[in-house]
Amino acid sequence: MAKEEAEELILLDFWASMYGMRVRIALAEKGIPYEYREEDLRNKTQLLLSMNPVYKRIPVLIHNGKPICESSIIVEYIDQVWNHKSPLFPPSGDAYARARARFWADFIDNKLYQTGRKLYTTKGEEHEASRNEFIECLKLLQGELGDKPYFGGESFGYLDVSLIPFYSWFQAYETYGSIDFEHECPELIAWAKRCIREKESVSNTLPDLPKVFAFVQHLRKRFGIDE
Amino acid sequence: MGGSEVVLLDFWPSMFGMRVRIALAEKGIEYEYKEQDLANKRALLYEMNPVHKKIPVLIHKGKPINDSGIIIQYIDETWNKKPQLMPSDPYVRAQARFWGDYVDKKVYVASKKTWALKGEEQEKGKKEFIEILKVLEGQIGDKPYFLGESFGYVDIALVTFYSWFHTCETLGNCNIEKECPKLIAWAKRCMQRESVSKTLPDSKKIYEFCIEMKNQFDF
Repeated sequence: MAKEEAEELILLDFWASMYGMRVRIALAEKGIPYEYREEDLRNKTQLLLSMNPVYKRIPVLIHNGKPICESSIIVEYIDQVWNHKSPLFPPSGDAYARARARFWADFIDNKLYQTGRKLYTTKGEEHEASRNEFIECLKLLQGELGDKPYFGGESFGYLDVSLIPFYSWFQAYETYGSIDFEHECPELIAWAKRCIREKESVSNTLPDLPKVFAFVQHLRKRFGIDE
Repeated sequence: MGGSEVVLLDFWPSMFGMRVRIALAEKGIEYEYKEQDLANKRALLYEMNPVHKKIPVLIHKGKPINDSGIIIQYIDETWNKKPQLMPSDPYVRAQARFWGDYVDKKVYVASKKTWALKGEEQEKGKKEFIEILKVLEGQIGDKPYFLGESFGYVDIALVTFYSWFHTCETLGNCNIEKECPKLIAWAKRCMQRESVSKTLPDSKKIYEFCIEMKNQFDF
């Protein structure tokens, strides 16, 4: 279903959000033009609050006035509507591959983000536990990648889109988590660098690692966490 | 399709397991049901969340699929015949996923607070639970089913909690029908479907199970 007529696409987002980045990468993969609107998360616009009244958070994609919320759902939506180019999901004939992709995306959402957050917001025992859990999660994901160039196989797919934004946070995770990623999960780091090198959608979307690191430093000051 | 080609690992009081049983019944798929005795795995059962991450598991031709929401979508895509459980329009489908996800994130945790906690914490949990049910009730509105005329994914995701309402009401001291009459009307409408009425355990049986669990694990 190629869309040639004027489509109104607005993305409400925040530059450092890994979830927002997923949507930006998906739109870029498909070559879809859209209007990007940066939200000040401490002063959310009326538009955001009305388009996502349940969670009041970004990203929100507004397509011809209708909102779609939650990054995984947005990416699937984009893949279905603009299905003429760069498919992200495994083909509809392969229900098992699709179930696996959804399962691991879910794993990333439920485990990786929460654990990663603890790396830069906690101390002591809780920090140590989250560090171990985070490494465990990455190793599981590395196992899922196996020998493939991408999680999607030969081509960059849904799971690659779901995970790659986390890479932009790795300097922060390494520093505050005291983790050496090259040592702990070298294949995963190789995969991330491959995505950046080979996919323009990724290299054009991911913010610089030092920029994100500076943002996390600022967050820690704001949360009152001592360095 | 032979019974052993599709196997479901499940636990009878699990709302998440019930969802899969309903989906399989809707599609008329024969399967082998394997009850997992979780009562003996004390630590697992007490945690509850890891339990629901472990069951249900659908095993199709030897390959496992986890997570009830993902399983239902798998069933719908693999047995691509009526009734369709997911909407075909991409926007409506996104809405279905959104609300299924909302039920996953919100309803279970809040419902548990009504029967697992005491005192002020329980009171707070109860208010939260009713609020969440009211949001869902608001979404259904005057429609027969969650997204319109056809019974589907979100109805399946939510209706299984109906078997636990009696437990939440009795132990949590609340009256869900009074607070959310349209929601109860919708649940009763769903119960008119054989897939639902034959799947949902009797509310009293769930209540007894819950009491036994509370006694055994002292909460």
